[in-house]
Amino acid sequence: MKCWFITVLMVVPLFLPGAIAFENDAPLDDPVLESRARDLARQIRCLVCQNESIFDSDADLAKDLRQIVRERIILGESDLAVTDYLVARYGDFVLLKPPIKPKTYLLWFGPALIMLFAGIGVVRFLKRTGAKGRHPEALSTSERKRVEHLISGEEVD
Amino acid sequence: MNSRRLFYLLPVIVFGVLCAFLLRGLSLDPSTVPTALADKQVPVFDLPPLDSQTKGLASSDLVGEVALVNVFASWCLPCRVEHPFLMELADNGAFALHGVNYKDKPEDARAWLDELGDPFLRIGADQDGRAGIDLGVYGVPETFVIDRAGRIRYKHVGPITQSDLEKYLLPLIRKLSR
Repeated sequence: MKCWFITVLMVVPLFLPGAIAFENDAPLDDPVLESRARDLARQIRCLVCQNESIFDSDADLAKDLRQIVRERIILGESDLAVTDYLVARYGDFVLLKPPIKPKTYLLWFGPALIMLFAGIGVVRFLKRTGAKGRHPEALSTSERKRVEHLISGEEVD
Repeated sequence: MNSRRLFYLLPVIVFGVLCAFLLRGLSLDPSTVPTALADKQVPVFDLPPLDSQTKGLASSDLVGEVALVNVFASWCLPCRVEHPFLMELADNGAFALHGVNYKDKPEDARAWLDELGDPFLRIGADQDGRAGIDLGVYGVPETFVIDRAGRIRYKHVGPITQSDLEKYLLPLIRKLSR
């Protein structure tokens, strides 16, 4: 009985509507444009609460930026033009996903580069030690004798 | 030193470089966003005066002399902290100190200035915050240093402190005024 109650307590919140700031604004009349605004808002960082998008953020500035996004979409601007407008004012930081450009190559391709070098290192290491492992040096006659003695348990002189 | 030894040293070197970056990161403030407008012309704006006691502020007013533009609001607590420094900077002859009153009620802003003093030559009222967005403002107070050609040379985010003044703002203003 108690277990059942706790399960309900844990599951019910999953189905409650989230508090999404974007939904509190007046939506655009055209659902297609509104969904574009929604997608764009998800990509734009709220400068006040920096790890939230303006889609989620309740900050005053986020609200203003959502308003600007909607206005510019109504004006017929492309998604790129809208983000360019914001980047011109707030820099690349306003985009939650950093753009790929020479300054960010290290950020984007650095991990792959590290993996590549590590992979090369591992392959080289395995090749070297592996080659040795597959073809061990043969025992000399005296060594073989000693091993045989050790196995049979007799003392070697 | 042979190349093999160098190869074994490589992880140590990589680790050292990583440490250097992380150490540098400790002294950076991630909440400060550098202005995207550095060394660019001030965006065009034309703000009406706060009230009849002052003059409005337009981007064209910022050409011809070194200017400090302070974005403030009466509802902003850190603005109250930095206000004494602005009062000290008023009427200095070396540069013009202007204000942008950001998303504020004019009567509140006036009451605030009456209480603490009005250091500004001009105060533009940015009630809807659009000029603020054009300037890349994301939190008041912010202070822009603008050169004679009307280019933004520096933006200070947060209240100005004595050390900010001495380390960054005043030396830059002196350089620009020459």
